This record gives sequence, structure tokens and C-alpha cells, in this order.
Amino acid sequence: MTEQAQAGDWVQIHRIVLTPEQRPANLPDETRAVPLEMRTKGWLITKAATLGDEVTIRTAIGREMTGRLIAVNPAYGHDFGQAVPELLAAGDDLVALMRDAKES
Amino acid sequence: MTDNSYAAVMARKAEIMLSSLGLDYTPFMQDPVAFDYEAMMGLVPYTLDQVREIQVQSAVGKTALIELRQLTRLARKLAPKGKGARIFVKDEAANPSGSYKARRAALSLHHAKAAGFKGVVSATSGNYGAAVASQAAKRDLDCIVVQEVFDSHGIGQPEILEKGRACEIYGAEVMQLSVGPELFYSFLRVLEDTGYFNASLYTPFAIAGVEPLGVEIVEQMQAVTGGAPDAVICTHAGGGNLTGTARGLRKVGALDTQVIGASVDLTGLHMASDRDFNRKHFTTGHTGFGVPFAGWPDRTDVPRNAARVLRYMDRYLLLKQGEVFYMTEALARLEGMERGPAGNVSLAAAFVLAQEMDEDQTIVVQETEYAGAGKQPSAQLTFARARGIDIRRGDPDLERPGQSVLIPEHPSQMKLRDVDMNRLRRGLVRKAAALAPAPLPETVIAFLAAETQLSCQDVRDVLSSL
Repeated sequence: MTEQAQAGDWVQIHRIVLTPEQRPANLPDETRAVPLEMRTKGWLITKAATLGDEVTIRTAIGREMTGRLIAVNPAYGHDFGQAVPELLAAGDDLVALMRDAKES
Repeated sequence: MTDNSYAAVMARKAEIMLSSLGLDYTPFMQDPVAFDYEAMMGLVPYTLDQVREIQVQSAVGKTALIELRQLTRLARKLAPKGKGARIFVKDEAANPSGSYKARRAALSLHHAKAAGFKGVVSATSGNYGAAVASQAAKRDLDCIVVQEVFDSHGIGQPEILEKGRACEIYGAEVMQLSVGPELFYSFLRVLEDTGYFNASLYTPFAIAGVEPLGVEIVEQMQAVTGGAPDAVICTHAGGGNLTGTARGLRKVGALDTQVIGASVDLTGLHMASDRDFNRKHFTTGHTGFGVPFAGWPDRTDVPRNAARVLRYMDRYLLLKQGEVFYMTEALARLEGMERGPAGNVSLAAAFVLAQEMDEDQTIVVQETEYAGAGKQPSAQLTFARARGIDIRRGDPDLERPGQSVLIPEHPSQMKLRDVDMNRLRRGLVRKAAALAPAPLPETVIAFLAAETQLSCQDVRDVLSSL
């Protein structure tokens, strides 16, 4: 992944919103043990930066935000996954069932 | 300098909400429990026809009603002779942002623009974010969507990642948060920083925007069968879908149509748990929202929630995850329609319910949603399998949320699981009683009866049993 970013690059930043101590008490333990984190994307305003640097960005609607640079134009990452053989087989079964229904 | 600690921001909640809604809730907050619900809905200054006109101008609504003949035929094959109601689906995926949520966003943002707001903010990890972003783009309003997306390892479910991408494509700023109910804190801070409109899912506008969906169902069914449907099934989470649809049905006189809610059973998974977060394979339309919102609606980002399902819901059915994935496959293979998960929860319920009903009766599943990357069973079950979830064919009754997904071996294994409506209703009355000094006046008892569809005497009986 690109480690360097220039002003004008589309980047993602990360910020801690609440540390574990700042989070309310009524949370499950495993949630309360970790910080509340935020990620957001925008155009880099800081002239040049390396991943991990504190930077300023301008978001899609023009707000300025600061945070730690974590990615330069990150991939969305989600996809269609793999076919699910159990569902493919279920689909075949249903089609076969309908054909039987037509014959009977 | 403004104190932005968690406690300080939450303490300013009421004033932040008031200035960000452009609505005066004061008259509805006089009593801790009761208020005039219809008067609150009356804050929407448009007739039903005007709402429909606003939606037409927003390219929203007037979606096709499709008869699912193959699924009906399969249901009849499984049902006793003479049973097997006709199943129809309202193809809401055809709305601009790919779901019925465009209806809610259209009216809310029409109001925001008219009230002079420059931008809108929405707290949602669902289709509503894309709907608000899409409608904001049309109206040249700034849009910020605050989403719960990642666990503490930075891992997000494919379906929620897709919803974030969709918001970005419409030009929204997307704040992606890790797991925690303090999303509401971040949301309030954004409202305070920007002075933008709170495009909540739970304002009267967001509910009145769904009413045309109920109206269209009746009109379209009358054209096909000569009458209103016998049952309408709504996937239920926060309650706005069912409430708005039911109100629309009533407004055009479909008083005998049974209104049924359906949710995926995720019992046992904690909604605020960093660990359980990615063990849910449905990100909305599940019991984690559906049950608490039915039992107590006023847990939202508005002073009074306009989505109040117990006023309208006749029956509440639970489906297993495996059954919904199975019906998604069936919809693709037998009807040639690939659609996203939301409406397929209701479709799974409709398929089983049809087998209980007579073959001259009709059921309408009132939504579909779009199916982009991340929304398919393939994406969700690949994600689940990689996280150790046991996925196989089997009796869906044996499925354990967070541990297994059991895809039926035969359609006859699907079944209806009724939530005890009276338990939900009595729970609401008990919660209300805890908020107000006893004895509750008759006006409050009448309010609770309307809230729950119980009689006043039933409400008194619950109160006296406390």
C-alpha cells in the first residue's frame, strides 16, 4: 500500500472518539475495554504526509477534520464472497421439486 | 469553551435535538407517558396526496407489485388442499437509492429544505443512509451519515461496508465508528457542530413518508384482485416501516388487512457487544432492534418516536437466518429476482404463512431492496464461514445465532414462530407505569390502550397486577 500522501490525495484518517475511561459504564465488558474509534475519508490538506502522521483533511462536504493518516484511497474491500455450495444445492433441490410438481 | 465530554454532550441532548428537527415537540412532552399521537403526526403539514406528489417529484414510489407465482405454487404443493394464499411483493428496490427508505428520506428532506437547513445528518448503518444521501444530492443539501461499521479490529461486515460505499457515491461525508451506543454521542456532536437537520428515521415526516406505500399496495391489489390484501408483511426493526405502511392501509380503508411484522431471530447476541457485532449476519430487520423497539418505542434520536408498532401490528413472526438465506436463493432460482436481505425476511414469513391461509386469499410482502456487492448470501456467508460460523443444511430450528446458520433441507422445514404479542403489550404498560406516579389517570390508561391495542380494562388489569 502507498505510504506517502500528497495534498489533494483522497485519504482515510482515524481518530479515537472516546478512550475506554471516557466510555459510559453500562457497556458490555469487551466493548468498554476498547476505545470508540472513528474513520472517515476526505481530500488531504496537509502538504505531504506518511501513514501514521497527524493530518488535516477536507471531507466530501467541505468540513475540515484532523486525525491519523491510515490509508491513501483505500479499497472498499467488500465483494460478493464465494458461492455457497449449500445454497446452490438448495436452489437445485427447489427447481427439482417444482418440476416434480408440474409432472404430478 | 464547550464541554464535549460524553456526559456533558448527553446532558445537552434535548436542546440539540430541538434545534435540529425544526419541529416543536413541547406539547407532546407534558406528561411522562401519554401524548396526542395523531396531533404529533399532524405536524406534517401535507395531505396524503401532497406527500405522494412530493415523492413523485423526488422519483420515489409507484413501484411495481409483482405476483410471485412460482413461490405460491411451491407453497400450495406443501400446504393442505385448498390452502396456499397468493404471494405478491412490492418491488421497492426500484426506488432511487434501492430501498423503500427513499420514501422516508424524501419527505424528511423536503421538510429540511423548506425549513431552510443547509445540510442533513443521519445516524444509521442501514439503507436509510444511502436514501438520505441520495435525496440530499437531489436537493443540493450537505449530508453526513454516522454509521456503526467496525469492531475493535477494524473489521466490518460486507453488508454495512456496502451501505457506507453507497453513501459516499451520493456525495455524503461518512463517519464510520466502531461498535458502541455512543454513536448517538458522535451524532449529537455533529448536529451541534454543523447546525444541520436531524434526518431521523423516527420523526412524523419519516413515518408519513411510508404511508403512500400502504396506499399503493391497496390500489394495486384492487386492480389485480378487486380488493385489499388479506395480509401485509413488513420486515420489522425500528418500527417505521410497519407503522407507516399500516397507517397508509388504514387511510384507504383497508381495515381488515392483517398487518404482520417479521424479524430475524438473533436472540442472545448483544447489540452493544464488540464481540457479537460481527457474528450477526443480518444488520437490520432482526430481534436486536425489533423486540426492544416494539416494547418501548421512545429509545431514539427524537423526543417522541412516531414509529409505534404495537398500535398496528397484529402478529409478529420470527425467522431463522438460514430460512431467509434459503428464501433469497428461492427468489432467485424460482422467480428470477435477485434482491437484498431486508424484504426476504418478510418473504420467508409469507411463504410459510401462505400455507396456513386459503388459496383465494392474498399476502403482500411490502418491500424488496437492491442487491449490490456485500448484500448477497454469498458475501455474508463467506464472511461468516471465515469467522468460524457453522454453515450447513439442517433443521433451522436448531440454528444458534452467532454459532450456526442452518439452511433448510426441504421447504417444509420452514415454520412460523410467533412472538407473544401480549407479553410485549404488557411489558409496555409496565414500563409506562414505572415512569408515571400511580394511580394513572384515565387519559393515560386510554393512551396505553391505544398504544398496545389492549382494552382499557386489560391495561387496568396489568397495572393492578404490579
